[in-house]
Amino acid sequence: MEKTMLNIDIKEEQQKAQDEIRKQGLRVLVCSGTGCIANGALEVIEKFNQLGAEVSVLTNYDKMTIVPTGCHGFCEQGVLVLIPDMHTVYVKVHATDVEEIYESHIKNGKPVERLLYTDPKTDEKVTKSEDINFYAKQTRTALANCGHINAESIDESIAVDGYAALSKVIEENNPDAIIAEIEKSGLRGRGGGGFPTGRKWKFTAANRGGKSYVVCNGDEGDPGAFMDRSVMEGDPHKLLEGIAIAAFAIGADEAYIYVRAEYPLAIKRLRKAIVDAEERHILGDKIMGSDFNLSIHIKEGAGAFVCGEETALMASIEGERGMPRPKPPFPANKGLFGRPTLINNVETLANVPLIIRKGYEWFSSMGTETSKGTKTFALTGEVNNTGLIEVPMGTTLREIVFDIGGGIRNGKKFKAVQIGGPSGGCLTEEHLDLKMDYDNLIKAGAMVGSGGLVVMAEDTCIVEVARFFMNFTQNESCGKCVPCREGTKNMLKILEKIVAGKSEMADLDLLEELAVSVKEGSLCGLGKTAPNPVLSTLKYFRDEYHAHIKDKKCPAGVCTAMKKIVIVPELCKGCTKCARNCPVGAISGSLKEPHIIDQEKCIKCEICLKSCPFKAIVLE
Amino acid sequence: MVLIREKSYNRSMKESGMPTENQSKINFKKIDEIMASYDYKKANLIAILQKVQGLYTYLPEEAMTYIGTKVEDVSPATVYGVATFYAQFSLVPQGKYEIKLCDGTACHVRGSMPLLNAVKSKLGFTDEKTTTDDGLFSLTTVSCLGACGLAPVVVINGKVYPQMTADAIKIVLDTLLKEEK
Repeated sequence: MEKTMLNIDIKEEQQKAQDEIRKQGLRVLVCSGTGCIANGALEVIEKFNQLGAEVSVLTNYDKMTIVPTGCHGFCEQGVLVLIPDMHTVYVKVHATDVEEIYESHIKNGKPVERLLYTDPKTDEKVTKSEDINFYAKQTRTALANCGHINAESIDESIAVDGYAALSKVIEENNPDAIIAEIEKSGLRGRGGGGFPTGRKWKFTAANRGGKSYVVCNGDEGDPGAFMDRSVMEGDPHKLLEGIAIAAFAIGADEAYIYVRAEYPLAIKRLRKAIVDAEERHILGDKIMGSDFNLSIHIKEGAGAFVCGEETALMASIEGERGMPRPKPPFPANKGLFGRPTLINNVETLANVPLIIRKGYEWFSSMGTETSKGTKTFALTGEVNNTGLIEVPMGTTLREIVFDIGGGIRNGKKFKAVQIGGPSGGCLTEEHLDLKMDYDNLIKAGAMVGSGGLVVMAEDTCIVEVARFFMNFTQNESCGKCVPCREGTKNMLKILEKIVAGKSEMADLDLLEELAVSVKEGSLCGLGKTAPNPVLSTLKYFRDEYHAHIKDKKCPAGVCTAMKKIVIVPELCKGCTKCARNCPVGAISGSLKEPHIIDQEKCIKCEICLKSCPFKAIVLE
Repeated sequence: MVLIREKSYNRSMKESGMPTENQSKINFKKIDEIMASYDYKKANLIAILQKVQGLYTYLPEEAMTYIGTKVEDVSPATVYGVATFYAQFSLVPQGKYEIKLCDGTACHVRGSMPLLNAVKSKLGFTDEKTTTDDGLFSLTTVSCLGACGLAPVVVINGKVYPQMTADAIKIVLDTLLKEEK
């Protein structure tokens, strides 16, 4: 292969960008992800800017620059403010704290103690982010830049090796070598399926010659997952670079990024990133002076979970109802607008520039035998440190929940983890030491999925959670194939009966039978995986189903239909407080006489329970 | 088909408490401009509908029919099919304040249901009635806003309210109500 001469020297550009960053003086990074903006990040930035850029002679800087960054991942503790040169991270910062940070720390070198992170285990203050357990146990590669660069600046991206890999592949001009590199790295699809990425590229590249497309799947519909959102918001150029490398490898000149409409900030930042890159001739026509052209379009989704399925996603891009179709033909042969199409998930593509730049050995040195590299997880639910994390494949659940996550909140007991969203399953205490990778999780009846990891404590009702997921998939079933459309509907009906305390043991057999039929008979991934939450909870928590059905009891005390709130006559002083507070007038009784709750009227809102001064009202 | 569609449309209009004659005030010129900016292409149908919904807070039937006659290779039935497929599109007017309550897994586990009940009882919503009579508030439950670290969350006209409780959301709604008076 003959090398291509480029008219942009990316190393030189990088040097220039780094010089510019040095001129910024003291960099103060303020997290501006969706989470921190909700907590007031924009007000914090405004306040910093009002204070001006004057820095005291005590420091080595003649000025400071406020840098709005993407997500740091530690959403629970937002707004996060990082001062890398002072090795300090401040948490839960409000606009009212800004002046103190500025006066005390930035001007006079005295850190503001009260805004430092407190380790919940040792109760000690932690200054450096690398010393916070939440960060210390992570390996951030795909997310490496998220939170450390200005997400809206192409220069800051270039300064940290942005587009170096793209420049390398265009210069070397050997598309097959790129595919071989990706294949050797062992990278597998991060969207859920775990299909080997290199092989997918190879299939699509076999149809080189005519028009073909790259589609980036950013339709992160799994409730409880926000990994892709963070990449798109925090490091959009890395994603664009990954897409461009994929397009170069398979010979495509057009690409689509399909983003959920629920992610307005990601859409805005991606749009800006594309415009900036085109202006610099890093994307668009004649990229870096070569013959390689690539135009990238953003397609906004409109709220349909099934559009995460690749054939449904393509239908949606074409302006149709997002319904899947049978495969084959596979998108690699006949995809978008009938042309060969490569579809990869956001996180998968974000890994590509790193593999090209650092080599496949670097990537495959992380992870397990069958699953290489790192994986991002959205750690949420009843855990102390919620947020976005990235760990090598093969990390155990215990490390994630108890080390990074800091254990269960409010001292509750760990019960289960729901992984992989509505397609995934539950893992229990016995799986805490399981090495998490694609294959181990499938064996345990769950799946990596896109990486949503919802931690549940002892007071979460597993049957109710199964009902919740079934309700979700039933709502999102597109209705095309019968097993999914009718099967999920009837499974939901049974689960509703169980949580309402109106079911019999025979229902459980029917539920299982239906689950197997839906799994085997459905057309696409949505239906094929919809019964997983039911099957895995039946496997590990069958006794809880039995308690609901046989004893009409909810062991976790969640299912309202099985709750009974009563007043203990011996304790009731007849103060009438409960009767006055009851929103439905279900409590009656006269002053200084014990009151009674009308069980027919009671909606189990527990207001009386909480307000009784004598603790005379109890949950039976 | 048309009959069923008419019926369900009128029913939903009635339920929303909005007078049905409201639907005739459609600015066709504006819709034309939107379609033109997307080259009347079928692949841009979803984007066109999103823009039109941005104008009216919902998709008026006349607007959908009109789009169905103008955009290449689609019929009014196709437009209706697409509009009813995606959760983002509404066939009934939305309130001035659009409340989006997240019931994703993380929010659900951390108590989005009591939150939903609080909003419903505060504004008198039922499963069918989701817009207040004065057109001020409307409510939709969404499956995930990607702000799981702040669960449970409520979004009102794009502003995210993190870590909400039943009491806190009542205060938020009261503040908005006061502003309106």
